[in-house]
Amino acid sequence: MTENARTADAAFVEFAHVQKSYDGETLVVKDLNLDIGKGEFLTMLGPSGSGKTTCLMMLAGFETATHGEIRLGGRPINNIPPYKRGIGMVFQNYALFPHMTVAENLAFPLEVRHIGRTEREAKVARALDMVQMGAFGGRRPAQLSGGQQQRVALARALVFEPELVLMDEPLGALDKQLREHMQFEIKRIADNLGITVVYVTHDQTEALTMSDRVAVFDDGRIQQLAPPDVLYEEPENSFVAQFIGENNTLVGVVREINDGVALVELDDGELIDAKPVNVTRPGERTRVSIRPERVEFNKARLQPGAHTLKAEVLEFIYMGDIFRTRLRVAGNDDFIVKTRNAPDQRRMQPGEQIEIGWLPTDCRALDA
Amino acid sequence: MSDITRNDGPTGPMLAADGTPLKRSLARSLRRQKLRALMLIAPLLVFVLVTFIAPIADMLFRSVENQIVSETLPETVLALRDWDAKAGSLPEEPVFAALAADLQAAVAAKTHTRLGSRLNYENSGISSLFRKSGRDVGKWDMTTDGPFREKFIEIDKGWGDIGVWQTIKTYSPRYTPGYFLNAVDLAKGVDGIEARAANERIYITLFLRTLWMSLTITASCLILGYPVAWLLANLRASSANVLMILVLLPFWTSLLVRTSAWKVLLQQQGVINDLLVWIGLVGDANRLVMINNQFGTILAMTHVLLPFMILPLYSVMKTIPPSYLRAAKSLGATDWTAFWRVYFPQSVPGIGAGSILVFIIAIGYYITPELVGGTKGVFISNRIAFHISSSLNWGLGAALGAILLVAVLLLYWAYDKIVGIDNVKLG
Repeated sequence: MTENARTADAAFVEFAHVQKSYDGETLVVKDLNLDIGKGEFLTMLGPSGSGKTTCLMMLAGFETATHGEIRLGGRPINNIPPYKRGIGMVFQNYALFPHMTVAENLAFPLEVRHIGRTEREAKVARALDMVQMGAFGGRRPAQLSGGQQQRVALARALVFEPELVLMDEPLGALDKQLREHMQFEIKRIADNLGITVVYVTHDQTEALTMSDRVAVFDDGRIQQLAPPDVLYEEPENSFVAQFIGENNTLVGVVREINDGVALVELDDGELIDAKPVNVTRPGERTRVSIRPERVEFNKARLQPGAHTLKAEVLEFIYMGDIFRTRLRVAGNDDFIVKTRNAPDQRRMQPGEQIEIGWLPTDCRALDA
Repeated sequence: MSDITRNDGPTGPMLAADGTPLKRSLARSLRRQKLRALMLIAPLLVFVLVTFIAPIADMLFRSVENQIVSETLPETVLALRDWDAKAGSLPEEPVFAALAADLQAAVAAKTHTRLGSRLNYENSGISSLFRKSGRDVGKWDMTTDGPFREKFIEIDKGWGDIGVWQTIKTYSPRYTPGYFLNAVDLAKGVDGIEARAANERIYITLFLRTLWMSLTITASCLILGYPVAWLLANLRASSANVLMILVLLPFWTSLLVRTSAWKVLLQQQGVINDLLVWIGLVGDANRLVMINNQFGTILAMTHVLLPFMILPLYSVMKTIPPSYLRAAKSLGATDWTAFWRVYFPQSVPGIGAGSILVFIIAIGYYITPELVGGTKGVFISNRIAFHISSSLNWGLGAALGAILLVAVLLLYWAYDKIVGIDNVKLG
């Protein structure tokens, strides 16, 4: 994996065997090991309650690790209070101080660092210009729109030039269009400044578009840590396959494994080929995972001798750029196929009987 | 409705579909709703008018009302019009004749003693003068028994005192500022308004003491209540509920019981003194005086009014997300800076609401100072109560009450100017 390739001293942020429990009975974070490189944009992605926000709060210093060590720049920070860590943070609800103007909000971290007035004003102006909010210095946060508040919160987290910035679902409250715009904006600023960003979200699209690497959290553990393309195309287990993107699942038993191809017998008796990912021996139950856009109707494009399955079209949805077809495949009524809206693309009718197939490499046999 | 609605010119107001002005149709369509709303609050409105607004207005009116003199002694008041106390001589015979006639009528109607009591507020001794004279004047024959001047002075030398006549003349108008002057330790003398004798000046001191003690009580409530409210707003729900019950417990206990409990605790033979003596901190001969003085009043009232400070503070603090403090700390502020620069300013509306509430309740408080205040720790309200129920000088009581009301409104206005009333939040 990628993080193994990094040498230990290159890691800027390190979580070493970190555990966290709130009640002394259950672990919210179970043995977290994570190295984040300098200048990296790392996203912690996961459903709510998966422990990702707790990890962020431990890094920021608002929660203490029950066990293990967190290091920043090689220095253990477990016992350093938040205000001495020098980590910038953008909060979910922005947490802009309502009784201060935008400029006063930005000046706050500089004031507590006893930075002189002229330098302070210059830095505030520069930070506001960076997020295109230069004209709003005199406004109160309540007079700004959600997107503007978000920009100000970002500028405030950056104005004191931290090397590490944490973001806790910063775009959660924005509408879709603004959110997509801000994703690029944040990514651009982070790249320009060369800062390290740890970003928490439950929105997988956000994670995929912005990150250098994504850590998928579930049940207090990192399920997979990989760059977005690897995460999407080569999920290592069922949870990741289900959580990232849309996914079709077929359940069955492994019959044989030869040359990196597993023969899987589905529960209704049909046989398919798949790439064994975390199945090792025949007889094991497996969930076979295939992306909706990798399903093939055109037999000419399949490998000779490839297994195909019978399918019945249940529903056809026209979505503009793509067609979304719902099929019944091997007893699964929710098998989705996505096809590009090309001039030669067929529009299937409900009730139609067709045959589908795929390349064995696109079909991954995962844990049951 | 405004003029615009009556102006139906072509360039005039917006018209509804049927040609009537839009404003008028809107008013018509809302009238039903408004009527219904009025009907719903009508019972409460009537109740409040009858039991609250009207009695208060009546009491405030009594602070200037003075018809009793001109109604009981109409002829005398007329006859006195040309007399001037500054001349230094008693009124002439016609005045005494008028007084005799008026008194006879008053004796028959049995109103002369009431007039006596009324004038006695201004000049003590007049009450007995009227009572005594009433007995004899009733038997006089108005046509034959004159002249009356010497006969009056014969009954009581008081009638030969210019001061008595001065008082009658001063208080003959139907309305008088006398009660108000009295309430601020002034009096109407021969040469206009003058200060009362030093030993009669009590109200200004009492007003200042009431103000000072209320401020002290408000400040102590704030100092004690702020951390409790903070805990309430930041503890886990289960612990916060227990704490909330403890805060509310005093509300469920009778005020008299709580005040009596303070008596038990604070008196010289009480629990606290016994304990201190037993520990040896205080000698048996030097037991602390903690009750029947200002200390006792401030302590007991702080306890009684504490929930009124905590609850508004709590409801405001509850709305301050913890992320503000976190944000401040992540930006490099120490715990204290984060509190002082970020949390405290946002809790100011709660401080304002709690302080106004406590201060206004405290400034008019009666029961607790009455029970634990002794003589040094009583409020102006205790004096008002005295005038209403013991001395029966309702006019003075009303004047004191009116001054208290105006003072509170003035402070409220000042608060609005300085802090801004829209900065007050009760939740």
